[in-house]
Amino acid sequence: MIKVTLEVITKEIRRVANPLNNKEKNEMKKILFYLTLFTIAFGLMTGCSKDTGNKVYVYNWGEYIDPDVLDSFEEETGIEVVYDEFEQNEEMYPKIKAGAVQYDVVCPSDYMIQKMSDEGLLAEINYDNVPNIKNIDPAYLESSKSFDPENKYSVPYCWGTLGILYNKTMVDGPIDSWGAIFDDKYTGNILMIDSVRDAFGIALSYLGYDLNSTDESQLEEAKELLKQQYPLVQAYVVDQVRDKMIGGEAAIGVIYSGEAIFTQRENPDLEYVVPNEGSNVWIDGWVIPKNCRNKENAEAFINYMCDAKIALKNFEYITYSTPNAAARDMITDEDIKNSKVAFPEQSVLDRCRTYRYLGEDMEALYINKWNEVKSN
Amino acid sequence: MVKKFFSRCYIGIILLFLYAPIAILIVLSFNASKSRAKWGGFTLKWYQELFHNEDIMAALSTTLIIAITSALIATLLGTAAAIAMNSMKKTPRTILLAITNIPMLNADIVTGISLMLIFVALNFTLGFTSVLLAHITFNIPYVILSVMPKLKQLNAHTFEAAQDLGASPVYAFFKVILPDIFPGVLSGFFLAFTMSLDDFVITHFTKGPEINTLSTKIYTEVRKGIKPEIYALSTLMFVTVLLLLIFINRRKADKNTLIRKV
Amino acid sequence: MTVTEKDDHNLKQNKEKKSEHGLQFSRGNQVKWLSFPYLIWMIGFILIPLIMIVYYGLTNGENSFTTANISIIADPINRDALLLALELSIVSTIICLILAYPLAIILNNTKLKSNSFIVLIIILPMWMNFLLRTIAWQNILERTGVLNTILEFLHLPTLNIINTPAAIVLGMVYNFLPFMVLPIYNVLIKIDKDVVNAARDLGANTGQTFRKIILPLSLPGVVSGITMVFVPSLTTFVISTILGGSKIVLIGNVIEQQFRLGNWNTGSGLSLVLMVFILFSMAVISKYDKEGEGSNVW
Repeated sequence: MIKVTLEVITKEIRRVANPLNNKEKNEMKKILFYLTLFTIAFGLMTGCSKDTGNKVYVYNWGEYIDPDVLDSFEEETGIEVVYDEFEQNEEMYPKIKAGAVQYDVVCPSDYMIQKMSDEGLLAEINYDNVPNIKNIDPAYLESSKSFDPENKYSVPYCWGTLGILYNKTMVDGPIDSWGAIFDDKYTGNILMIDSVRDAFGIALSYLGYDLNSTDESQLEEAKELLKQQYPLVQAYVVDQVRDKMIGGEAAIGVIYSGEAIFTQRENPDLEYVVPNEGSNVWIDGWVIPKNCRNKENAEAFINYMCDAKIALKNFEYITYSTPNAAARDMITDEDIKNSKVAFPEQSVLDRCRTYRYLGEDMEALYINKWNEVKSN
Repeated sequence: MVKKFFSRCYIGIILLFLYAPIAILIVLSFNASKSRAKWGGFTLKWYQELFHNEDIMAALSTTLIIAITSALIATLLGTAAAIAMNSMKKTPRTILLAITNIPMLNADIVTGISLMLIFVALNFTLGFTSVLLAHITFNIPYVILSVMPKLKQLNAHTFEAAQDLGASPVYAFFKVILPDIFPGVLSGFFLAFTMSLDDFVITHFTKGPEINTLSTKIYTEVRKGIKPEIYALSTLMFVTVLLLLIFINRRKADKNTLIRKV
Repeated sequence: MTVTEKDDHNLKQNKEKKSEHGLQFSRGNQVKWLSFPYLIWMIGFILIPLIMIVYYGLTNGENSFTTANISIIADPINRDALLLALELSIVSTIICLILAYPLAIILNNTKLKSNSFIVLIIILPMWMNFLLRTIAWQNILERTGVLNTILEFLHLPTLNIINTPAAIVLGMVYNFLPFMVLPIYNVLIKIDKDVVNAARDLGANTGQTFRKIILPLSLPGVVSGITMVFVPSLTTFVISTILGGSKIVLIGNVIEQQFRLGNWNTGSGLSLVLMVFILFSMAVISKYDKEGEGSNVW
């Protein structure tokens, strides 16, 4: 079958490579030789610009850090950052577990940190190397205890809520309920989140159940709801939701609070709301896997992230709520400082819950049902 | 006459179908607005940003290095293997050929997964080397299949004659056999190079965090939302390939006129 | 040829018949050593990895034998993914065939001068990066994409093709059409014009000539083309990810997801099923290709 492509390319090669005489043959060989040399040289030049041995392997969510911060970290510490991204906790976890790639510092969410520490995958952080931890608001260290009881394994990085982002000009009126994303009048205009816990969290909350439910009948109900939503959904997305909402390609999207501020800057028609039925409040934190290779570099990296100025810079770029009290004090823009999106009122937080790790079997059940939703 | 008209129409429609998407990519690369469909004015800034984008440039160089290196090594291994297989008896040769065909018959997702499994089993950290090894693996069959037919056509006796005249086997090989099979070797090399350049799936499964080829870089970018630099990149790639093909076509035309003159 | 030349020629032919293929290194089993690097490579990177897939496919997390990973293909999710992939790839292959065959015939009938040029023009998009080609279609088909913008401009209703199976089929056809055109074209140009002329002389009209002469002779090319379109489109996950908005789940997506989530056993089991499936389809298809791999590239 491949002989087909072979034949065509071969014919062309034959025409070029079967020259009339030796002189042309040598010419061809010379051209090839220089071409190869040039390509390798070009490749080496552009590829091997930074070849220090001192590295730190960072595994983080997509669009979750200011690239300038990585550059300044490299300049100030001389440690090269090898940066990789993931979209879901469930996709990050097996990579850490299998150890095929050894990351030094990873940013999982609350329930995933709990799971990983339960399974002994995390190393204890040496806080002597992270003096900037003093900048973190103790309230968040306190709430971290629900998944990291002695704050041994994680340092909070960002926190936020899960909610609806909608385009004022493309919907009937202000939205305040999850019902909007299940409403068929917005068919083809809904961007649903492509994450198993979030999708089920939303469905369970809307149905009035606990978003950490382990009751199979409740999960089945949630699954049915999501299945009904399937034809209404334009696409299941995570990071893409931002650009799509800004571009006006959909009317409603499910989004994390951090993205909301960014999108509102780019498109003032967008509004963010945490629905009445309740939602998820989450904390993402830096952890160091046990099988890491550069633990001290990892701690230096975490320390750098906790620096007030750096945290501020990050906050202004990714607009995710920061648990860094020192950074928050430095925010100059009053709108953002008091933003209900970035720093919601207590009443909003009261109706939000954190995810808990539900155990392997329940996890498998969730993922199974999620697959059933998409298989129509 | 009517037939010719319809033929021309048909080719035209097919060409439109094939090139419309590419044309749109090219147009969008000059679009000042990031929107997919609204024209925001002419600009070259995406091309500038493209060259300043370290990640994409690194991916480009990685792609080229892996393509050339894997094609070279595959050509060496494959040519040697083809020569050896050619002088085997029928049964071992058939078996080897069957196994050689496996990477080509298998869907690339299966090849990629199987290679990842073995790397992990050997505790071999995924990174540049793993991608290189994977590329060599799927390139060798193409080389073998390019060289084998040429070997079959060789005259058995020139090699023996050369040795009779006093040449050592090695010398005879380089002076007698290699020039004759060279077109096969060359096309094997180019085929391997092309397959390696365009590969996505196998690289996707066997790469480490620091490595990105163009294809994997583009894939991650798509998941997040298209950057217009990608359009600039695709335009440049298209123009490069176009020039290359025109160049090859010209050479052939020149040679033809040369023959006619002679 | 003179008489003596003829003798030499016959002698040569006899000798060649004995040696059965071009080059025999009668002096040296040393040549066999040349294949050793490749042998080792082959075992290490082709055979053993396959064995690993079989191993993971037939064991569970505790390394005990199980057929659960294979039978999981019967799970509605996986079964539907496989059936959908099958349906879409068959549709795409048929569409490619319908589009490609006339094109190959037209190309075959054009004059020699522009011949190679047109072939190159058809191949040129194939040389563009595969992902870029697919993204290009995403741009066209998006809700606010080029196609809908044009339709709106003409006051026609907008089409919602993106993220539906139709978009996937479009993507498959676009990506794999050249792979169908080339084999058929290559076989058509090899058909001796004299045979066609002879048929005409004997009174056959165009339809009969096509059915009795051209079609059967072009079958190997058709088979080649079908194989080169069917297998990649059956197993793709890229096209369904980019043009399906994560709504369309094909068997390729299922396998990729299993591996991404760390379920290597399930993923391998499904891969095994897929491999067997492909082998079976190709065996069926190759019944129509009697020439097989033996025909000369040169």
